[in-house]
Amino acid sequence: MKKLLILGAGTAGTMVANRMRRLLDDNEWRITIVDQHETHYYQPGFLFIPFGMYSKSDVVKPKRDFIPSGVEFIMSPIEIIEPTKNRVKLIKDGRYLQYDFLVIALGAQTHPDQTPGLREHEWYKTIFDFYTVEGALALAKYLRTWQGGRMVINIVENPIKCPVAPLEFAMLADWFFHEQNLRDRVELIYATPLPGAFTKPIASKHLGDILERKNIKVESEFLIERVDPDAKKIVSYDEREIEYDTLVSIPLNMGNEAVARSGLGNELNYVAVDPHTFISPQYPNVFALGDAAALPTSKAGSVAHFAVDCFAENFLRYADGLEMLPTFDGHANCFIESGFGKGLLIDFNYDTEPLPGMYPLPGLGPFSLLQESEANHWGKLMFRWMYWNILLKGQEMPLPARMSMAGKWKN
Amino acid sequence: MATKVIAGHQVQMNDEGFMTNPQEWDREVAAAIAQAEGIPELTLQHWRVIDFCRQDGMASGKAPTLRRITALAGVSTKDMFALFPKGPAKKVAKISGLGKPEGCV
Repeated sequence: MKKLLILGAGTAGTMVANRMRRLLDDNEWRITIVDQHETHYYQPGFLFIPFGMYSKSDVVKPKRDFIPSGVEFIMSPIEIIEPTKNRVKLIKDGRYLQYDFLVIALGAQTHPDQTPGLREHEWYKTIFDFYTVEGALALAKYLRTWQGGRMVINIVENPIKCPVAPLEFAMLADWFFHEQNLRDRVELIYATPLPGAFTKPIASKHLGDILERKNIKVESEFLIERVDPDAKKIVSYDEREIEYDTLVSIPLNMGNEAVARSGLGNELNYVAVDPHTFISPQYPNVFALGDAAALPTSKAGSVAHFAVDCFAENFLRYADGLEMLPTFDGHANCFIESGFGKGLLIDFNYDTEPLPGMYPLPGLGPFSLLQESEANHWGKLMFRWMYWNILLKGQEMPLPARMSMAGKWKN
Repeated sequence: MATKVIAGHQVQMNDEGFMTNPQEWDREVAAAIAQAEGIPELTLQHWRVIDFCRQDGMASGKAPTLRRITALAGVSTKDMFALFPKGPAKKVAKISGLGKPEGCV
């Protein structure tokens, strides 16, 4: 029996387990997946919790429900990966797992402790995150009685999971405070280390214009050094200060510490892999998929999905002794909630930045790229059902894995 | 893309002022770009960072991010802002003749 070992049963790991169990022969392949947590979170749903649109039950399900029969599921944190010995040591019972092929899908986690003053006595009192279910729920409770003031949304450092979520948070906050008849008493400030609203120039311009229309002030190139939780201000490395009444922080994101312990990580614990095949340059039987990979594309579920599409077919070739084909193009596809029942959609890859147009059918859509529409909002809400029922189970979606220029406008 | 003459050398530069061929770089070019970026004189401390970026950038094919520099070159983020004010990673990449750091996607 050949052994495929998957570390991490989040979005990428679960999709790989489902897809490979269907594609690989039961009599030849043993598939094992390891994770330390019982609960699978629908992370894109965290965004809606602070505004009372989703509750906790909308975003949690047991991981076990999504692991197919025929795949062994082990609950344990990882102690160390030993790629020279083709084995992984688990913290539980100090047990070793041997593998022929290893997929690292350990994701990225937030680290508020890395910014002085952030996770101290004002944490979940006047300072919140919404990238954890605990943070999102604490913020929801807080916003139910908040009477207004200055809300600062700050991204500590890039890359982050779902790079559009902080923008969506700002736009939903604008809508939410309108609905609460509080908007005239709320000042919204978006403090980002980027030179503008988003990473790529055309989308940054479009999104920047929308923020301006919504009276959300962008403080660009703001790299936070520390929070002063008593004086209620954030201070940047170049000594700019922004005072706040409520701080919504997107803390530093880092890969799993087991990756660092194993000497496989870069300075943020992400695993270096080939951008088109996910194969480690050091170890030809080690791969990294999803947020765990150090790749210049978004850390997002859609990217993990397109990546798994490309990886699965390619892995079958590779296991038969053929070379992997450079199929993955960095494709990302993200709905962006913009409030008032509308949303945008962006579709891009390593080489092509988000452009305006229609998706997936040129000229018809129904989704419009880089433009606000109600269809995009409904697409985003429908996506939760697709995530639980189609994506995680590794079913095919009627969308090509590689990005297409059809329907996009260059000027 | 444009060809510019810097410190007597012909170098290719993109619209954002990053050199596109790191082979066209030398220490005189670095000093001239630094001056244009508002750093009148490159000290030993500057050079320690620039040398790290050159070495790392030539090995990996891309400019290091700020976090990579602070983690591996033994210089703090605060010092980086003092040495290369306003966007230190971008500024040092420019002076080192490397492309724009791709830390943010």
